[in-house]
Amino acid sequence: MFGLPILSLMLLVPLAGAVACLLVEAKTARTIALAATTVDFLLGIVLWNRYEIGGAQWQFTENAPLFAGFAWKLGIDGIALMLIELSVFLMPICILASHAIEKRVGEYMAAFLLMEVLMIGVFAAQDLFLFYIFFEAGLIPMYLIIGIWGGAERIYASYKFFLYTLLGSVLMLIAMLWMVNEAGTTDIPTLMAYDFPVAAQKWLWLAFFASFAVKMPMWPVHTWLPDAHVQAPTAGSVILAGVLLKMGGYGFIRFSLPMFPQASADYAVLIFALSMVAVVYTSLVALVQHDMKKLIAYSSVAHMAIVTVGLFAFNTQGLEGSMVVMLSHGLVSGALFLCVGVIYDRLHTREIDRYGGLSINMPKYALFFMLFTMASVGLPGTSGFVGEFLSLAGIYQVSSWVTLVCTTGIILGAGYMLYLYRRVAFGEQKNADAAAMPDLNAREWIMLAPIAAAVLWMGVYPESFLAPMRADIAALDARLAAARPQGDAKPTAGQPMVAEEHAAHGAAPEGAH
Amino acid sequence: MDLMHSLRLVAPEELLSLSGLALLLAAAWLGSARAARVITWLSIAVLATCTVLVLPGLSNPAGAEVQAFGGLYSADAFAAFAKVLIYIAAAATLAVAPPFLEKAGAARAEYPILVLFAAMGMGIMVSAQNLLTLYIGLELNSLAAYVLAAFLKTDERSAEAGLKYFVLGALASGILLFGMSLTYGFTGTTSYAGIAAALQGGIAKGALFGLTFVLAGLAFKVSAVPFHMWTPDVYEGAPTPVTAFFASAPKVAALGLTMRVALEAFGTQAAAWQQIVIFAAIASIVVGALGAIGQTNLKRLLAYSSINNVGFILIGLAAATPAGASAMLVYLAIYVAMTVGGFVAVLMLKDGAGNQLEMLGDVAGLSRTRPLIAAGLAMVMFSLAGIPPLFGFWGKFVVFQAAVEAGMVPLAALGIAASVIGAFYYLKVVKVMYFDDPAGKVIGQSDMVHAVLLLASALFISPAGYLLTKCLGHFAETAAAVLFAGA
Repeated sequence: MFGLPILSLMLLVPLAGAVACLLVEAKTARTIALAATTVDFLLGIVLWNRYEIGGAQWQFTENAPLFAGFAWKLGIDGIALMLIELSVFLMPICILASHAIEKRVGEYMAAFLLMEVLMIGVFAAQDLFLFYIFFEAGLIPMYLIIGIWGGAERIYASYKFFLYTLLGSVLMLIAMLWMVNEAGTTDIPTLMAYDFPVAAQKWLWLAFFASFAVKMPMWPVHTWLPDAHVQAPTAGSVILAGVLLKMGGYGFIRFSLPMFPQASADYAVLIFALSMVAVVYTSLVALVQHDMKKLIAYSSVAHMAIVTVGLFAFNTQGLEGSMVVMLSHGLVSGALFLCVGVIYDRLHTREIDRYGGLSINMPKYALFFMLFTMASVGLPGTSGFVGEFLSLAGIYQVSSWVTLVCTTGIILGAGYMLYLYRRVAFGEQKNADAAAMPDLNAREWIMLAPIAAAVLWMGVYPESFLAPMRADIAALDARLAAARPQGDAKPTAGQPMVAEEHAAHGAAPEGAH
Repeated sequence: MDLMHSLRLVAPEELLSLSGLALLLAAAWLGSARAARVITWLSIAVLATCTVLVLPGLSNPAGAEVQAFGGLYSADAFAAFAKVLIYIAAAATLAVAPPFLEKAGAARAEYPILVLFAAMGMGIMVSAQNLLTLYIGLELNSLAAYVLAAFLKTDERSAEAGLKYFVLGALASGILLFGMSLTYGFTGTTSYAGIAAALQGGIAKGALFGLTFVLAGLAFKVSAVPFHMWTPDVYEGAPTPVTAFFASAPKVAALGLTMRVALEAFGTQAAAWQQIVIFAAIASIVVGALGAIGQTNLKRLLAYSSINNVGFILIGLAAATPAGASAMLVYLAIYVAMTVGGFVAVLMLKDGAGNQLEMLGDVAGLSRTRPLIAAGLAMVMFSLAGIPPLFGFWGKFVVFQAAVEAGMVPLAALGIAASVIGAFYYLKVVKVMYFDDPAGKVIGQSDMVHAVLLLASALFISPAGYLLTKCLGHFAETAAAVLFAGA
């Protein structure tokens, strides 16, 4: 490693791009945005290559004490690495997907590039307050993206998104201030090893929960998500589902679990209860949607509930599974929103009933759509299976009931996704305009193919994605060991056969077997 | 201390009063209307010189060397910090006035001169070490301010604002004087140090009443709830440059004064006033936020926003710690930039004939017709709402940090939760500018000075502002330490 501040560079490239996009006209802005995100993606590949598996826990660290009270302190572990890779992978695709945006292109591209800066910043920040600034700042560009380029109900959705997430986060800030006052440092790795008083942990945990639960989103504070998703432009939905929702999960795994292990164990029941409701309830809601985007949005809530359950299983399988579900969901739901976007661009409606029989006139599209549908369902061989299996295997060690309820989510998931697919791709071509739609063009093919490849890669050989995270998850698991709850399975060793009985049997003529 | 030393310490005030008088004479000779622009720029130069004069004082600790006139006046780091803000704010709001006043047919040289005298009064307010010095400074500032509010003689709203401001200001002064006399009666002195020494052992009932009345009077001046009712009316009615001035410089002075009185004079009895301040802080945040929601006039909206902000600043005072005082000063510095930026953006809203626009509906779709003004105003709004990465977040951050460090977690949690209500109406302005269809009303050209000032404040409240946090924090800490020197 030759001292190149690669993380700062990854923040700087899109930032410079964002400023440039504001100053030029539409066509140039598109090119600049695509170039900036591609450069960042290449930097991301360099980052992954140079990341030493089994090396130091925190790599690529940078520390510049630029500010009073907090520092420009960056660094990543395997968990952050994978989430950064997800962000930089999805961003160029989002820019390509924004082809249909016609109005105020420069501002649009600038907002997206700003989002990229903030997302990478959230995952790379090693200073508590720096993290908070990145975490909160995402509200501004997302508010503008939904509000300016969204659909009919965009203003209501943008307010809801902003105020919901803001209310969740401000309480977290107070908790952070208290923690820093108590521990005397803003350094996240130090705080992760700091033992806060158990009584205070409960309050701190709740404050952080308020923020992460909204971002995640968990039932019952998920209601901003369907509105925001439906109203956002396609690329906005991809970023929302693909990366922004991961901030909640990342928050749990980076803050709530290691910093407040005892409180996490105490409140695990609450998480389980909310997640069980979410899995069943939102899956059922998804089943009756007429709007494709809404359906996928509700399915996101259900998938995120599997993530939270896995995280609070307090064991390696659960944690690894949750991470894989997050990565997989980032890819798959992003891809599904892109699939919706592809046909929305042609027919300008998201009503499921307006389509039908698309596999006849759009076979390539139908193929991709099917792959992502299967990945969402969790078919073995796709990324969805690996994550969900691991998560549920993790939670099975803790509670059979939670596992039982959450597994119904998989069945219901298969229900609503296959039902959606049947109505859109199969059946007769009842709408003439839908039947006349052309198949994927080159741009759309370039958008979908990389995601499809990644989904299959993660499904067939998840080791590539698990290896960088393994040491970090093991460290987290060790940190949680003291607070780990008892499983409810209570396996008991079988009674060894009593000797005389054995002898008695042996005496019998038929006991010789 | 000899007289020469004292005179050296009050150099900024001397310069302000002498140049104010000289410029007044010049105006009389040259003709008030004709010389208006020249005198405005000369006044700005005077304020700039005063800023340079007080800069070395930023590191003065408290002590006998910085006390003038036998302990009536102090030129310490706290006074210097507040004065820098006051002079810069006064100069900035003065610079934006000429185009507005010329259009309104009220370009007169008295305007900048009144601002100079007001600035002098404010300087005395933050330097006062004695209740009488305080009162003289306060009244000097107020008298100038009443005239400024009514400066558009022919405009009914302006005259109404001046009258309202005068009546309520006089009432507040009366309350303040009553409190001061009670304090004097029960402590036997009007000097801050003397009061603090007299209250060392405990506070008598009478002195407690005195304290309450003094705080009530000061709450009027900083427009904290429940003494805030005049603010929206005066802010709306007064000419916009005057409103910008009212919302920035006198706020700094009045809050600086309140800090001095609470932490120096009554510093030994912090528990006696903390609950009053806590109530005023929370009430200001909530009322400021709720009151703004229904507003359609941008100036009124900014008035409620200033009430809201005063609430946040008072949280720093409620902490009653050096960190809290330092946080208040940092917040004030950022607040001045946001306020000046906000009002300058409002001043830039003109229709085709050059008339001022100030209704929320007028800025609909502004981001498409005037993207730079819209971007500036949007930054101010997000910053006022305290959304990172804008610099307004830092002000809230340090204030709440001080409160948490002082063990006031419930207060901090309540305050920050209430800030979400405030976010709603700031967002509304952004929504109108960015999401709504253009109203096509804002088409007039705006002045160069306005654009420069808006750019400067936008740069200050942008994330680049965080690079200043170390330097700002250092000076604020030095200044805050002064208030606790006696304790």
